[in-house]
Amino acid sequence: MKEFSYQRATDVEGAVALLDADPDARYLGGGTNLVDLMKTGVERPGRLVDVRELPLDRIEPTAEGGLRIGATVTNSDLAAHPEVRSRYPALAEAVLAGASGQLRNMATVGGNLLQRTRCPYFTDTSLPCNKRTPGSGCSAATGEHRNGAVLGASAHCVAVHPSDMGVALAAFDAVVSFETAEGSGELPLADFYLPVGDTPHRETALPQGALITAVTLPPAPVAARSRYRKVRERASYAFAIGSAAGALDVADGTVRDVRLAFGAVASHPWRARAAERMLLGQPAGEAAFAAAADAELAAAQVLEQNAYKLPLLRNLVVSLLTELAEEAAR
Amino acid sequence: MAPATASAITLKINGEHHTLTVDNRTTLLDALRERLGLTGSKKGCDQGQCGACTVLVDGRRTVACLQLAVAAEGRAVTTIEGVADGEQLHPVQQAFLDLDGYQCGYCTPGQICSALGVLDEHAAGWPSAATGDVRPEAGPPPLTPEEIRERMSGNLCRCGAYVSIVQAVSQAAADPARPATGTDPKEPAA
Repeated sequence: MKEFSYQRATDVEGAVALLDADPDARYLGGGTNLVDLMKTGVERPGRLVDVRELPLDRIEPTAEGGLRIGATVTNSDLAAHPEVRSRYPALAEAVLAGASGQLRNMATVGGNLLQRTRCPYFTDTSLPCNKRTPGSGCSAATGEHRNGAVLGASAHCVAVHPSDMGVALAAFDAVVSFETAEGSGELPLADFYLPVGDTPHRETALPQGALITAVTLPPAPVAARSRYRKVRERASYAFAIGSAAGALDVADGTVRDVRLAFGAVASHPWRARAAERMLLGQPAGEAAFAAAADAELAAAQVLEQNAYKLPLLRNLVVSLLTELAEEAAR
Repeated sequence: MAPATASAITLKINGEHHTLTVDNRTTLLDALRERLGLTGSKKGCDQGQCGACTVLVDGRRTVACLQLAVAAEGRAVTTIEGVADGEQLHPVQQAFLDLDGYQCGYCTPGQICSALGVLDEHAAGWPSAATGDVRPEAGPPPLTPEEIRERMSGNLCRCGAYVSIVQAVSQAAADPARPATGTDPKEPAA
């Protein structure tokens, strides 16, 4: 591990000033991803600014009727929070589907959004990877890519974003608040992650040195009936090979409102807007759910080893929305 | 002058204060084992994947291999060495003994520290990925074997003693003598 200096920030202004003055500095949250990557040399900061003691650890209702989640709220506290479980259950389920109890106690909401891909070539510094070393090539495209992206990828990178939490946040139109030395700003999650293109090393639209301070969920009555479903290669404690967050409002057998987002399919949590558009006003049922999944996946491009993801996602969508529709009918 | 890459810190381990100077790269696990002689916490994968180094920090189970020692300053750390009350084993330790919740024993300190966290988290009403309905109106989930398996999934046992581990955690959960571990899965901020 490269040597680094360490400072514990006590206020947001001070933390942001430290990163503004030192481009080699990084914020340290729970450290569950950053410290791991520093051990292997993938991340090599010269300075860590510990933000865990900043007063950003609260979950508060907003005036509009949504929830504002502080950036240093731990995954555990987010998933245990009564308002989250009651009003956005898919978010609690998504968080609980990720990592282990130990890691959820450490990991923060802000860090979750900024975690790096688990593509095996990104984490192996002996092999080419455009995300880690721009211009070096993508080892996954011709190598092991069973968990590679099927949507929005490019020839330069096929890595998927590993977050479960982010999938639910994408479904519920979360907005990311941040602070820089120049002032504060906001980014809807839909604009937070950059398209892969030929710059897979540039992952977010956050300005240099920005500190995520909160994630805000707008009010969404439909979210009260929502679920997160995750498929992985073992029963627990593994990254998704496909996942979906869904919310459904059905009246008289007709889809009145719907939210759908996919995980482990792209470089960022994937909001399935084509599927949502197709479902509105349709009779709630397996045929419509399957057609909506197909519409979303029409743009998919599979690699040699990951074509399984298309039927996997189609089945996920059908079973998830069917379950929600049956709950609505009860 | 380059900024310092080492720090003088005071760690609070099992109620005792230890002052030491650490290279900032030192993990809490290495500080415990290599600097303070507390070798109960084990290094398995050193990547946060096996749970052998599980300790409680401010009452919550964490993996000490991904926690920097310098970032643990000011926090209360409980390791396996601090779980028993003198010669009196903690009910979770006793349950692992009674039910053979181990074979080689290497993962056991981490399993026990993790179980302490699991029991407190469950007592606080936290749902898990095995909970059918996470909404608070559904009530707290009973601590079924399925719930225990899910909640303990961050602790690997290469000997495969899982069946007995689940039984041990279940027995400890039912023990009316089980003291609070000093952990406080605090109520989420309102």
